Amino acid sequence: MKNAIIKLLLILLSLGAIALAHKSFDSYTLSILNNIGIFAILALSYNLINGVTGQFSLEPNGFVAIGAYITALFLIPSADKIDMYALVEPAPIILQMKANFLIALLAGGLSATFIALLLSLPVFRVRGDYLAIVTLGFGFIIRIFALNEPAYTNGAMGLNDIPEVANFMWIGSLALITFVVMLHIIFSKFGRAMKAVRDDEDAATAMGINTFKIKTLAFMTSAFFEGIGGGLLASFLTTITPDQFSFLLTFQLLIIIVLGGLGSMIGSLVATILVMGSMEWLRFLDQDMVIFGMHTGAHPGMRMVVFAILLIIMMLFARRGLFGDRELLDILKNSFQKRADK
Amino acid sequence: MSNTLLEIRNITMQFGGVTAIDNLSFKVPLGSTYGLIGPNGAGKTTIFNNITGNYFPTEGSIIFDKDDITGTKPNKIINRGIARTFQNIRLFKSMNVLENILIGFHNQIPYTYFEAIFRLPRYHDYEKRIRVEAMGILEEFGIAKYANESATSLSYGNQRKVEIARALATKPKLLLLDEPAAGMNPNETAELSDIIQKIKDDYDLTILLIEHDMKFVNAMCDSVTVLDYGEKIFEGKPSDAIVDSKVISAYLGDFTNA
Repeated sequence: MKNAIIKLLLILLSLGAIALAHKSFDSYTLSILNNIGIFAILALSYNLINGVTGQFSLEPNGFVAIGAYITALFLIPSADKIDMYALVEPAPIILQMKANFLIALLAGGLSATFIALLLSLPVFRVRGDYLAIVTLGFGFIIRIFALNEPAYTNGAMGLNDIPEVANFMWIGSLALITFVVMLHIIFSKFGRAMKAVRDDEDAATAMGINTFKIKTLAFMTSAFFEGIGGGLLASFLTTITPDQFSFLLTFQLLIIIVLGGLGSMIGSLVATILVMGSMEWLRFLDQDMVIFGMHTGAHPGMRMVVFAILLIIMMLFARRGLFGDRELLDILKNSFQKRADK
Repeated sequence: MSNTLLEIRNITMQFGGVTAIDNLSFKVPLGSTYGLIGPNGAGKTTIFNNITGNYFPTEGSIIFDKDDITGTKPNKIINRGIARTFQNIRLFKSMNVLENILIGFHNQIPYTYFEAIFRLPRYHDYEKRIRVEAMGILEEFGIAKYANESATSLSYGNQRKVEIARALATKPKLLLLDEPAAGMNPNETAELSDIIQKIKDDYDLTILLIEHDMKFVNAMCDSVTVLDYGEKIFEGKPSDAIVDSKVISAYLGDFTNA
């Protein structure tokens, strides 16, 4: 009971902080925060299948693309669609799609979930790295589909003028919801089963866990939130093209979750802030600097070099990521216990 | 005769051209401790894998509690009331001891995914209940004080106990123990046999075990089946097994023709 009240207070406090940030920050700061929020949603959900369940997967770019396109198509008014589709007439179903933002987001998320189910059926029947291969291929298929079906996706030109509904209120709250949902999953019989599948699949089966079902569940949940994140991304950027959803997006998320610690949600959250934030904070490195009276000259891209070095140092000293596979609560509990034992 | 809980009926198991088990039959009476012994490679663990559904026997059937369970999937076998431990301890290494035991309760928890996400009352009910039950089991094994320790940080003997406790959490009628005393010193072995005896009485278990430690088998088992190259060469009391000429020659070789 006491824990429940503390949790509720923390959630309300976070919501308050989000609202305050939304009101008081300038648009530059907010755009960084929005980016962090969207990537937090993606990293948290990616960590569920990759870190918690231990199924190496390369799916995010595909599902983010699905979520982004579906949400965008629901949001753009039909009149704008007719103007926008320059290559061919839009398909009739595209013109009929229309919904408010929440429904559009849910539609994006649920479509990704459904595709995830279809992918799970063949892939999880066998063990091994097939999931990585299939999801990698799936990402390419989605991109090629977006490029070659202009009646649905407007081809390489992508979709423009997507109504900018997603603000930090939406993105921040949804990131918070994702975080809470992920923790609720982890600290339940389903989360335990996912970890059991990661640790030892045979032993998990011997304990009565249907590993196929658990893996599918984790994969579908990941897909759902990646679809939602894609929808937010579309509405936040107001324009999407197939090339945005290349393998690089997945790769960036992979860096984040490995840095934070595979299996740790708080780790993913902190790593998102560090990685997405440092892309901005390290910008001063690109500019001309004065060190001991010497001008270094501007070196565009210098921040990426420094960022890479930081990552390497990180991997040398914390091989299992910032948080390992533990959550903040475990760490606090352990440190209290150790103090009590002394 | 007492009731039969498990009956192995004419099981043959072939891997390609190799016959691992050849037309084997035996009956495990309800409430007994039954031993399965034999030299390395005799097919003992293969029998376990047949019972738990990891392998599908080439011929024959397995009758448990009057039902034919041949070919039941490994994750379903637990609902029938059969739990197993592994020859090489297989704990979930990222979890603490308590969480390892909680995994054993997986199929007894009815709450759904959505109830877990929204933290509905049933979630709280069952999470509380299984924690109390799990601590009770740990208490019984005398390892309750390690509940929050990482499972793999325990001593070998204690890890073995965690594994048996985890199997017990699934509420089995039949417990399959694959070399429970392997790698233990005599003190640990004696302690383990006391614990197994105790849980057998407390939980009304029937136990089928594979073991090489004959002292342990003698103390624990009501009867044994001795396997050699997949064939039964002896069935009866363990004290008779160790003086049986066929059993001795299986282990030490045949000296009569030498």
